[in-house]
Amino acid sequence: MAQELTEAGLEVLAIERGSWRETSTDFAPTFIQDELRYRYHGHLFEQTAQETLTFRNTSDQKALPMRRLGSFLPGTGVGGSILHWNGQAWRFLPYDFEIRSQTIARYGEGMVPQDMTLQDWGVTYDELEPYYTRWEDLCGIAGQAGNVKGQKQSGGNPFEGRRSKAYPTPPMKQTYGPTLFAEAAGSMGLHPFPCPSANMSQAYTNPLGVSLAPCTYCGFCEKFGCGNYSKASAQTTILPVLMQKKNFSLRTESEVTAINLDGSRKHATGVSYVDMHGNEYEQPADLVVVCAYITHNVHLLMASGIGTIYDPGTGRGTLGKNYCYQITPSVDVFLGDKILNPFVGAGALGMIVDDWNGDNFDHSGLGFIHGGYIAGYVTTGRPIETELLPEGTPKWGAKWKKAFIGNYLTSMSVSLMGAVMPNAANHLDLDPSYRDVYGRPLMRMTYDFKQNELKMQDFTMAKMVDIAKAMKPREIKKSPRGPHYDIEPYQSTHNTGGAIMGATPQQSLVNRYLQHWDVPNLFVVGASAFPHNSGYNPTGTVSALALWAADAIRNQYLKHTGPLVQT
Amino acid sequence: MSKQTLLAMIAGTALIGGWLIFSGSFAHAQIGDFARQERGRLLAAAGDCVACHTADGGKPFAGDRPIETPFGTIYSANITPDAETGIGAWTEEQFYRAMHVGLAADGHRLYPAFPYPWFTKVSRADVDDIRAYLRTLEPVRSKARPNEFTWPLNHRISMAGWNELFFTPGEFQPDKRQSAEWNRGAYLVEGLGHCGACHTPKNMFGSAKADQMYQGGKIQNWFAPSLAGDRRAGLGSWDRDDIARFLKTGRNDRTTAYGPMAEVIKDSTSKMSDEDLQAIATYLKSLPATALQSPEAPNQDVVRTGQAIYEDQCSACHQSGGVGVKGLFPSLKADAIVQSDQPLSALRIILNGGHAASMPGSPNSLAMPSFGWKLSDGQIASVATYVRNAWGNKASAVSSDEVRDLRKSVESATSSY
Repeated sequence: MAQELTEAGLEVLAIERGSWRETSTDFAPTFIQDELRYRYHGHLFEQTAQETLTFRNTSDQKALPMRRLGSFLPGTGVGGSILHWNGQAWRFLPYDFEIRSQTIARYGEGMVPQDMTLQDWGVTYDELEPYYTRWEDLCGIAGQAGNVKGQKQSGGNPFEGRRSKAYPTPPMKQTYGPTLFAEAAGSMGLHPFPCPSANMSQAYTNPLGVSLAPCTYCGFCEKFGCGNYSKASAQTTILPVLMQKKNFSLRTESEVTAINLDGSRKHATGVSYVDMHGNEYEQPADLVVVCAYITHNVHLLMASGIGTIYDPGTGRGTLGKNYCYQITPSVDVFLGDKILNPFVGAGALGMIVDDWNGDNFDHSGLGFIHGGYIAGYVTTGRPIETELLPEGTPKWGAKWKKAFIGNYLTSMSVSLMGAVMPNAANHLDLDPSYRDVYGRPLMRMTYDFKQNELKMQDFTMAKMVDIAKAMKPREIKKSPRGPHYDIEPYQSTHNTGGAIMGATPQQSLVNRYLQHWDVPNLFVVGASAFPHNSGYNPTGTVSALALWAADAIRNQYLKHTGPLVQT
Repeated sequence: MSKQTLLAMIAGTALIGGWLIFSGSFAHAQIGDFARQERGRLLAAAGDCVACHTADGGKPFAGDRPIETPFGTIYSANITPDAETGIGAWTEEQFYRAMHVGLAADGHRLYPAFPYPWFTKVSRADVDDIRAYLRTLEPVRSKARPNEFTWPLNHRISMAGWNELFFTPGEFQPDKRQSAEWNRGAYLVEGLGHCGACHTPKNMFGSAKADQMYQGGKIQNWFAPSLAGDRRAGLGSWDRDDIARFLKTGRNDRTTAYGPMAEVIKDSTSKMSDEDLQAIATYLKSLPATALQSPEAPNQDVVRTGQAIYEDQCSACHQSGGVGVKGLFPSLKADAIVQSDQPLSALRIILNGGHAASMPGSPNSLAMPSFGWKLSDGQIASVATYVRNAWGNKASAVSSDEVRDLRKSVESATSSY
């Protein structure tokens, strides 16, 4: 966003609560492979002592604060959460953006239950396509296209939306584990293809002149910064150019505590922020773009009193509505006699089948919509976290050690990146009891898995078991999620919604350009805008939407400041 | 006339006019203040004045940057036009005299840390234009700290004897047998560019050794490699485009600039015209190779240890064959810094790490991480010995003592590069 707006000649100030981060000093290859420090002590993550949220599954429970990160791991510091992503670089399906109308058109009104607050996004895949492409070019995404200008490409995803060009770099080289997965899936008539990857398959220089280096397959991607300049992040794609610009400045260790409005409540005058010493400042601005992690986007709007907080009782209000997550069951596959060498891995190293994602298959009579992709990833063999153990293994002791050693080299997971549909009962609001270090109420998350996800999980679990068995393992172990959402074990940092986009102010907080319906000089960018969560990792769509919004600001808003969509 | 057109015209003049412009009269007679100031700005960049005359965090050209020499620390002068603390009161004649023979306005002798032994080659017209540019700067009131020199060098009169022994004043005289481009390159390298100030070994009095010009020199615990035609430790295997691209962007397909050279490229050579960089390359490529002694083969146990360390610690970026990644990570195979007679720069980069130069045309800001905290003196000596003798490289073994000594002197060194 800052890169695009400075290109338009604007004076841009970025305010960041965390610190400056740089490859050579903050995650150099001499020390980054420290699992305890980064994965378990969370060195690059949000500090719950500074900011956290409270959680409950349902409205009749009392929410309690998260004092340790668990299910999701928001980042902090320059570069944000993308710094520690795996690099699985996806586009959503055309179906996703028109999900309500396409579902009803194919299956009828009855397919969308009363409590599923499903809606179209107000933007189509074809409109976003150039921005997905631009993002892939900036990041040097490695992959095999499946549909270039309507022409099916062999070896790619046959279900993907039409793309204007192929990926900028060829797919990564697969190791033995993903290869076995793909062979098994292929033998069943499915359509395996390599995961599009932000871990570089070769050296790449992006359109801004910034270069990325070839990935070394060290397997320290997710939860770590990349010391080899091999994973696309702000640091490796944009910051080297942005930081040299005279019309860009960055203020770190400064937390924005409120967006300020004038007396009309229809115009933002700037923001208030607090530095590390507790000094509070007011920063005037003509245009405010909120680009924090989704939970912070929503919390900041709530703390600033901008918009009406969603009430699940009445269905009124749009702020905090349609909070979604993902459901990520897996099947562990113990091959026994096949050495996979999982320590040779990369965040986006894996083969995928997309046959049961989106509306790629007929849902008639299944009782759920959407789905997810099934992956045979070998992202890492990190010694503490990589613990795949057969059913019945004790949690500690000699038998545990024996099982760990016996299975480390010969096991992998088949996993689902499962979509979650919005539900009237799942939402975000302000907590009545707990406050943050600045005295603001914490945000409260009310979330549980609903029937759509659980039925979809049962369906896809059977498919995963079929693939796992086709890999001819010694044994398998099913690891479903639920039936209730547990916020403690790590699942994915794929939270979405709460400041959703849409076609009308009645059903969304921001319009199709991510512009706030009530405050036209306020844009809210991020996965907070997703009206539902798809069966893919969200980063590609977050980025495409950011570029789409930036384009609208540059080419429409700056010419005529005011609402870009009339109501 | 737009600025771009004007600059292009000047660059064209330099190329087509060749050594004609050294006569001075042409440049003087035809152009007014603005053009002279613009020309001076580019010449000041070619001379890299800003590097020595700007303190860390200080105003550009306001001086007071400490310059370490083997004889003590000298603090650079304020060359902004402040009348009292800068050079605002200096006449054109006085400024030329400083550049040409190393005398300040009041007649006191300057130390050759100010490279007048090189600047003496610069034409009067160019010196005048540099002054015209410096006079456009904001005057900064700032007095440099007194120099910290040991006796007898704290007496400036001692410089009279030094000049007598080591200094020959005189503007550059073109070699009519050579091309205009070669002469332009020679003029820049030997004059304003003062490349030899670092890249030539010095005698015990701190003067460049005339019989070893451009054969590599030690400076502030770095080793500026040979610019001569040696294939192993010099520029022998580089072509003209390699040199020009390195000076323009701080990197080429072989290597990346680190340390003081990264600074020189950022402040100076990246701002020079492509024609001037090609001219410099032409001149440097004409420097003859020197006869290097063949080093003894290193101890094989040390090499094996070094190889194991290399594969664990270095190969992720520099690759298993030492070839690096073009445009990103320097090749260590066939590299001059790696095979330099003195391993200083390579060891220093291993110990302290360093940032590569970042230029608008090549915005990557890559850095070598520091290994000083992680590897012992012996381990660094082993891996350096291995790298100096792997993949066809050839250079003397590195001892733990060398690493230990260097570690002591660079431990506290920090640099933005």
